[in-house]
Amino acid sequence: MANADCIVIQGSNMAECHPVGYQWVAEAKARGAKVIHVDPRFTRTSAVADKHIPIRAGSDVVLLGALINYVITNDLWFKEYVGAYTNAATLVHADYRDAEDLGGLFSGFDPEKRAYDTSSWAYAEQGEGAIDEPGLSREHGAEASARAAADTFGSGGPPLEHAEVQRDDTLQDPRTVFQIVKRHYARYTPEMVRDMCGINVADFEYLARSITENSGRDRTTCFAYAVGWTQHSLGAQFIRAAAILQLLLGNVGRPGGGIMALRGHASIQGSTDIPTLFNLLPGYLPMPSAGRHDSLSDYLAAVGSKQQKGFWADADAYTVSLLKAWWGEAATADNDWAYDYLPRLTGAHGTYETTMSMLKDEVEGYFILGQNPAVGSANGRLQRLGMSHLKWLVVRDLNMIESATWWKDGPEIESGELRTEDIETEVFFLPAATHVEKAGSFTQTQRLLQWRHQAVAPPGECQSELQFFFELGQRIRAKLAGSEDERDRPLLDLTWDYPTDEHGDPDAEAVLAEINGRQLAGPDAGKPLSAYTELRADGSTAAGCWIYTGVYADGSNHAANRKPGREQGPVALEWGWAWPANRRVLYNRASADPAGKPWSERKKYIWWDQDQGKWVGDDVPDFPVDRAPGSQPDPALGGPAALSGDDPFIMQADGKGWLFAPKGLVDGPLPTHYEAQESPVANALYPQQQSPARLVFPRAGNFSAPSAGTPGAEVYPYVFTTYRLTEHHTAGGMSRWLPYLSELQPEMFCEVSPELADERGLEPYGWATIISPRSAIEAKVLITDRLKPLAVGGHTVHQIGLPYHWGVGSDAIVSGDAANDLLGVTLDPNVQIQESKVASCDIRPGRRPRGQELRALVAAYQARAGLTAETGNRAVTDPMLED
Amino acid sequence: MGQLSGPTDPTADAHWEHSHPRKGFFTDTSICIGCKACEVACKEWNHNPQDGNLELLGSSYDNTGALGASTWRHVAFIEQGQERIVEARESGRALVSLGMPRIGPPATASPAATDLAEAETTPPDTADFRWLMSSDVCKHCTHAGCLDVCPTGALFRTEFGTVVVQDDVCNGCGTCVAGCPFGVIERRADGSVKVATSRNDQHAKHPAVPNAGIAQKCTLCYDRLVADETPACAKACPTTSIKFGDHDDMVETARERVSSLHAQGLTEARLYGANENDGVGGTGSVFLLLDEPEVYGLPPDPRVPTADLPQMYRRAGMAVAGMAAAVAVAFLGGRA
Repeated sequence: MANADCIVIQGSNMAECHPVGYQWVAEAKARGAKVIHVDPRFTRTSAVADKHIPIRAGSDVVLLGALINYVITNDLWFKEYVGAYTNAATLVHADYRDAEDLGGLFSGFDPEKRAYDTSSWAYAEQGEGAIDEPGLSREHGAEASARAAADTFGSGGPPLEHAEVQRDDTLQDPRTVFQIVKRHYARYTPEMVRDMCGINVADFEYLARSITENSGRDRTTCFAYAVGWTQHSLGAQFIRAAAILQLLLGNVGRPGGGIMALRGHASIQGSTDIPTLFNLLPGYLPMPSAGRHDSLSDYLAAVGSKQQKGFWADADAYTVSLLKAWWGEAATADNDWAYDYLPRLTGAHGTYETTMSMLKDEVEGYFILGQNPAVGSANGRLQRLGMSHLKWLVVRDLNMIESATWWKDGPEIESGELRTEDIETEVFFLPAATHVEKAGSFTQTQRLLQWRHQAVAPPGECQSELQFFFELGQRIRAKLAGSEDERDRPLLDLTWDYPTDEHGDPDAEAVLAEINGRQLAGPDAGKPLSAYTELRADGSTAAGCWIYTGVYADGSNHAANRKPGREQGPVALEWGWAWPANRRVLYNRASADPAGKPWSERKKYIWWDQDQGKWVGDDVPDFPVDRAPGSQPDPALGGPAALSGDDPFIMQADGKGWLFAPKGLVDGPLPTHYEAQESPVANALYPQQQSPARLVFPRAGNFSAPSAGTPGAEVYPYVFTTYRLTEHHTAGGMSRWLPYLSELQPEMFCEVSPELADERGLEPYGWATIISPRSAIEAKVLITDRLKPLAVGGHTVHQIGLPYHWGVGSDAIVSGDAANDLLGVTLDPNVQIQESKVASCDIRPGRRPRGQELRALVAAYQARAGLTAETGNRAVTDPMLED
Repeated sequence: MGQLSGPTDPTADAHWEHSHPRKGFFTDTSICIGCKACEVACKEWNHNPQDGNLELLGSSYDNTGALGASTWRHVAFIEQGQERIVEARESGRALVSLGMPRIGPPATASPAATDLAEAETTPPDTADFRWLMSSDVCKHCTHAGCLDVCPTGALFRTEFGTVVVQDDVCNGCGTCVAGCPFGVIERRADGSVKVATSRNDQHAKHPAVPNAGIAQKCTLCYDRLVADETPACAKACPTTSIKFGDHDDMVETARERVSSLHAQGLTEARLYGANENDGVGGTGSVFLLLDEPEVYGLPPDPRVPTADLPQMYRRAGMAVAGMAAAVAVAFLGGRA
């Protein structure tokens, strides 16, 4: 980011939520970069930006789409880059129909399943057909959604049968991606932005000029986002829209370019690389699905085709090496490397699906680690009620968080909905070691692994995660010892031996070495691997996470590399270790032109050295190092060998950056504006109000407010958005127990504009009650010009800001009502993230009622709005399309 | 006692025999993101107790209010509309046209500052609203009122030119509290809450407050300086809004920064404490502000109370002499 000439921060409050990373924005600004913050609120980020542009929460695709339209219609796109490096010239199959033609739906929508059959979005094959996905059977959008399949694209694009596409390099064919994109965004105009986002035309032009004047050969613009973009019912599409824009401007794979996903916790990136998600295996390999991935060959055929381009064609080597790392000698060619030891998915098992299952008494026990769902997850009341259905609950944390104490001091105890003596859940609290009390690595937002040495031993019975799970595994295996039962083999055959220190804590470096991988056969047996290209599918290598291979090359912990930046070059390759292969900028072959020369001296990064016959530069080249710029290998070769000299996107099945996504997304191949599940604004672009493929949970306790134009919408007239403050950490488990942090932000508050305060009679720093269809909470009132009412579609939209750090309990230094109690559960169908950045509410002065009165208040509002479980949950809202 | 007012080297004044460069902060509020990492790092390093009653203060995002015995770094948050921004820009421009007070030969002054009042500059983009954030700290004055009035010698001038309380000497008389023109130093009340220093103490109910009843303020992390370490607040600051170093370098950096902001049209930028001819002989902690000092809760024209001491002694001396003369005259006259 320090190399950017313009930085657009949208969907993120970077200075507040990533203050340490913000040093690079400050650095860029000191070097003369322009910083623009697009956000519903004027925040601490806005305060240090060159300009703040207020936006209506949830309308980002309109703005980004209009920027795409601006770039195309004003002919400001980076032609050589787009033509060579993106799929602009690729032809899409003739069956494809755009949302522009179908009232906001793409071709293939299945109202019964509330999901798309995505086959008509495919690339056209040479000849008549379409390029399908590999594997035995095509996966319907509904199935892909249930396993949140898009999560598997964390290190590369979706697989294709092969990469023999049809192209029209003149970009004139109406079926080219370029023409489709151009048509799709033609109605996304500055006036539409004014009417839907509440951004005036002058501000739009300022933004459009800033990014286009700072893009091209000599300059780069960078976007940064965080959960302000992801936590929507179409969150993945917000980011896709930015990707299209950045590809059109040539800002991907270049210094100072990119779309920075700012990830919150210290190792949240690490938690998807080495996943804590239900649907992933390490390195973004999918968790096998029953019926679809029944055998190893079915699985491998579906994960990556040998005929597609790029390094995902070698998924077999990554998978077999993982199985060898986990099951060692027990994984043999004869038993398909113990593939059958892996569990199979039988449906959606994300965190919200699990909560719903708890409420149906389908879940017996639950582990909570590093999370505080009673405060931090959407619809907190259902989270707590769900936990009350469990037989047992284990909470491992630093403090006695609300998720461990709801049974005695939670809001439902106060309201009388639950009585402690009636709750049968047995709750175990296990104290956890903090980050300074254990060794290990953090993988931060740049994919950089940084090693953390243990500073002090944990007090009392506090344990590291590593020790806890190691011991849990040992105890389970001891109980199963001698078992003849086939189902116990996966546990008994697991490689589960790590050296421990005198306290029994396993050596984290030994785990890192296992993740890195080693040779199993030949003269180098036992030697650590140095690159994922050394992995083999014949059982001769083991690696616990293929993308991390190289972090322990030569038996040395490169995550612990700490050569100060001032003692090395601008890319600082000797500080920590970035996956993959210690590369700092992904797809950096795009930093040179198709002939291999830097686009400009100013933005020089990786280039082709004719004399040496290889790619050289400041960073590790992200390309086959000896593949000359003009190479045109036969695409039928498949894999890395099929990559042309101008295919910089080496983890994409066709080597190109995708403007149009023929595979991989379940809610549309192009980002399209839909309103949130709850919105006081009608979608002016399409008769389709909400994303038709969003995941809804129609049930008691999860009612939705009616949207604009439907009866009862006026009962919940205001938009609220939830967020974090610098002073606290997410649901408060690491901050509300600390006096130094608690005193800095001691009380739950809401932020409102002076206009809304007048309209509702709210007093400065007095109390207000905020009521949603799910619950009602109270907060102190912070009246500020930092929130501005927006003129949208002829009426005023008021937005209310709610930090979500506080919870109701008795152990923390500070407590308060939880904003997440107000949220309902509606999910993005690609990745199953909840929509927590925009919802509807009412606000009124005074404290909320106590006891049973609280639920009575919520029910009175529901009755007044005429809510039922079906309200707001219709898939298709276009009256012309209703059946 | 050394010089009581005007430009001087306070370390030499305090008769330190070896020459240490004077140390200080330059707090550049134009790049402060208000994260309060300085407040927290300061409290952690110095084991200062929690302040306040854990209620919203009613002052934007500021909930610690001011510098005090237990809060040695304090971040102010000021929300301003367009009118005030224009006033700040104009008042800054007026300062520039009067000529910035500067130290040293004219060559060190930036040429940009000289003709700025007439210069055409591009105004910054956002002009209708701003949110100022500023981290305040003890000024470690060249002429420190607290130190000069301390009757016990508990306050002393360190070899780094900073002013530090010796906890074991201070008797809590409170004279220094009135002596500080910035309202920085305070006596620590014993009603505040001690902070647990280990996880085992976390739930201890009434631990004793350290240094209760005696005067407390920023030491510029004296214990870190003697170990050649950066003070905790500067170390923790993610955007280098708080810079630490030799006082001369800090003043130099501050002048360069203000010139560069002026060149961008941000005439509201001005320095605070960088003028050695002010009422405290200049401060060890220099600030770049984007509005009048009062807006940040800083006195516009701080003056050390002891600055007038020579004059007061002279007047007192004259009075004594006059009285003596009158008495003498009375006696002499009587005889005559």
